Amino acid sequence: MIAFLKKYEGLWLFVHSPAAMIAALLAALILLGAVFAPWIALVDPYDLASFSLFDGLLPPAWEDGSNPKYLLGTDDQGRDMISSILYGARLSLVIGLSALTIAAVLGVGLGLAAGYYGGRFDAIVMRIADVQLALPAILTALLIDGIARGILPTAIQQDLRVAVLTLAIALSLWVNFARTARASTFVQMNKEYVQAAIMMGQHPLRVMFVHILPNILGPLLVIMTVDLASAILLEATLSFLGIGLPADSPSLGTLIRIGMQFLLSGEWWILWIPTVFLVVLVVSINILGDFLRDVFNPRLR
Amino acid sequence: MLTIKDLSVKFPSRFGDITAIEDVDMVIKPGEIHGLVGESGAGKSTVGAAVIGLLQSPGYVANGTLTLGDTDLRTLTPDQAHVMRGDRISMIFQDPQTSLNPLMTIEDQLIETIQAHSDVSVSAARKRAVDLLEEIGIKNAAQRIKAYPHQFSGGMRQRVVIALAVSTDPELIIADEPTTALDVAVQSQVLDLIQRLAKERQIAFMLITHDIGVIAQVADRVTVMRKGRVMETGGTAQVLGTPKHPYTQALMDAVPPLDRKIDRFQVPEADEASRDDGDLAENWLLEGQQHDLTGLSLQNLTVRFAGPRTSLFRKPPHYVALDDVTLNIKPGSIMGLVGESGSGKSTLAKAITGLVTPNAGTMTLGDTALPFGKSRSRHHPSRQLVQMVFQDPYSSLNSRHRIGDILTEPLRFYGFVKDATERENLARSMLALVGMQPDAITKYPHQFSGGQRQRIAVARALLARPRFLICDEPTSALDVSIQAEILNLLKDLQSKFGLTILFISHNLAVVRQMADETAVLRHGKIEEIGETDAVYTAPTAAYTKSLLELTPVMPTSWQA
Repeated sequence: MIAFLKKYEGLWLFVHSPAAMIAALLAALILLGAVFAPWIALVDPYDLASFSLFDGLLPPAWEDGSNPKYLLGTDDQGRDMISSILYGARLSLVIGLSALTIAAVLGVGLGLAAGYYGGRFDAIVMRIADVQLALPAILTALLIDGIARGILPTAIQQDLRVAVLTLAIALSLWVNFARTARASTFVQMNKEYVQAAIMMGQHPLRVMFVHILPNILGPLLVIMTVDLASAILLEATLSFLGIGLPADSPSLGTLIRIGMQFLLSGEWWILWIPTVFLVVLVVSINILGDFLRDVFNPRLR
Repeated sequence: MLTIKDLSVKFPSRFGDITAIEDVDMVIKPGEIHGLVGESGAGKSTVGAAVIGLLQSPGYVANGTLTLGDTDLRTLTPDQAHVMRGDRISMIFQDPQTSLNPLMTIEDQLIETIQAHSDVSVSAARKRAVDLLEEIGIKNAAQRIKAYPHQFSGGMRQRVVIALAVSTDPELIIADEPTTALDVAVQSQVLDLIQRLAKERQIAFMLITHDIGVIAQVADRVTVMRKGRVMETGGTAQVLGTPKHPYTQALMDAVPPLDRKIDRFQVPEADEASRDDGDLAENWLLEGQQHDLTGLSLQNLTVRFAGPRTSLFRKPPHYVALDDVTLNIKPGSIMGLVGESGSGKSTLAKAITGLVTPNAGTMTLGDTALPFGKSRSRHHPSRQLVQMVFQDPYSSLNSRHRIGDILTEPLRFYGFVKDATERENLARSMLALVGMQPDAITKYPHQFSGGQRQRIAVARALLARPRFLICDEPTSALDVSIQAEILNLLKDLQSKFGLTILFISHNLAVVRQMADETAVLRHGKIEEIGETDAVYTAPTAAYTKSLLELTPVMPTSWQA
């Protein structure tokens, strides 16, 4: 066992870091809950027939007047809070992960190429990245949302909401990947194995993706976890502001927006339960990200 | 006087204590320079760190006694130890670039140190600092003391570090590889200074180095260490000239002499059994020799780099890295290229391989012109015919690729062998040919030592079936015994397969062992070129003469 752990130092550190283990456990639970939501959830919040207005505004099980069927209570429409949250998390994670994938592919590709070619190409890519950084993420998202509303026919706007939101989030996240990939590529370019590959006459794409990319994956993985949390938060923010997903297909942000209306009218659970859930999710992912950074950066140990 | 007895240092780890040094005994008298020599991992620096009480955490002294004069260094409280450091024991580090604070003037750093150890006024401290700089050979010290470290050259900076160490009148100075980062001319000045200080001020020096030449030149006594244990200790002439311990003998056999050429180094060879496995690769290489021996000639090659920009609107001034270099490497011969750091040696290699674009001149490989830099297509035949063995075996192999992937890449890329299994067999055989176990193919580079990695790098170069091999400082990152093995290997391969080699090194003794002809490069210009024996025995250029004189060697009279 010790020999095995010695070989995988990251794993050894992992079992000795309670914070990382708890965070991983919570994140895994949420992920499983989200994936299997259709089988676990009491009601389907997208299916109007599965819930009833008569069950509306029921408090959580430990309060007076609750219905034990709904452990964490219901919202004004009579939707079970647990079900809404599971479905909401599902949507949030889908949007977060796909936005992250698009951002990573775009950012790493551009960053690698900028680091490899240097010079003018590098300057152009990095200036675009600087401009992107100067625009707040929400502004970028609003901009894309506005453009999408302007050019897409109204009929398909609703169907494309998720795609537009994903693209908006991806566009505000790619810069991180591009900058990190470029800086790491610069370091690798001076290594002799890269010079050997270039000398041989290998295709630039092969040098970039087969030789350099595996060597810069460490910092990129760290950014991925941290940015997954950002993507989820960004989606929540946009939905909260009402430019994200509509109330009939609620993500976590939408649930919080709906709950806001009940904050001062005594039905606190409609706001607080999804909020706490979002915080737990984001903090877990961030702790995992910090842990990964420590594993990949021996100097911080 | 420093006395070390039965010293053991251990490093606790998650998986039990690791013993770094064990039962080390050593006595250093005032005014004596005591050399501590050994290969990497021998525990030399750990001895120094234990004496000065700065063992890297979590290391601790497990056993033994350390006494300086009549102070027991092990019983000091942290406060007492703090006062003692600098006051009675000082340290000189390897790299003067990083051991001085770049944001403080020399003056501030000296005054700070002097005032930390004696209760004197700023003006008295300044006077002492100026005197000290004069003493260690910095002219115009009163003015130059106002300078920042970056305004001094490497050698001057190391002198300032020495001045800092001496400023508190210590009894013992621990010098950890004090000249390793310096060129030979500067190295010899620094060594002279250390010798003078030992004699005039009666300071005891612990000189930690891997360079036997340095020890031979300045040390009075020497201790040879290996794997944390003392192998042999005694007077320098006796230990180096007539070594008693087999390890010291082997070490001395591996040191390349400057004054003569030896055909082979006496080092243990790789298993003969595994050599047979190399037949496949050997035949494959021999069968690929349809090309005749291939020479390389460079005519008036000039490389200029853009220097730092001085104005936004003007073009930055040029920095000339190679200045009108003409070099003719005969087919099947080894051309040695020597020069100090910054002389343009590596730029020359990069120009030949197309990584750097020359501004003027011509290059001819065999009898075809070699296009420059980016204008050389990815499929140009020279990409295969010219291969390179790099300096740093830790960065020349992609750490994320298996050895098998690294070795079969040239076979696949140049289209030599279509079948994957055949490629792998050939790679295995090539590993045997360079003296490695063929099963290395499934491992990753980090599982091998520096010397083994360099063998893998040689194997990779050979698998491209090259006719011309560039070796850029192939042994400077390696220990001397490993260096001897790699040099033997290169000699064998060269004579077996008729390779033409450009052998680049800053180490004159190594080039002497390898090269048929030698070129001496300085500031991008060729100072001298000729038959190696002629260049070494009767140099015509003044620069070559001074390089040869300043390279530390062991006096021949020591040898029995």
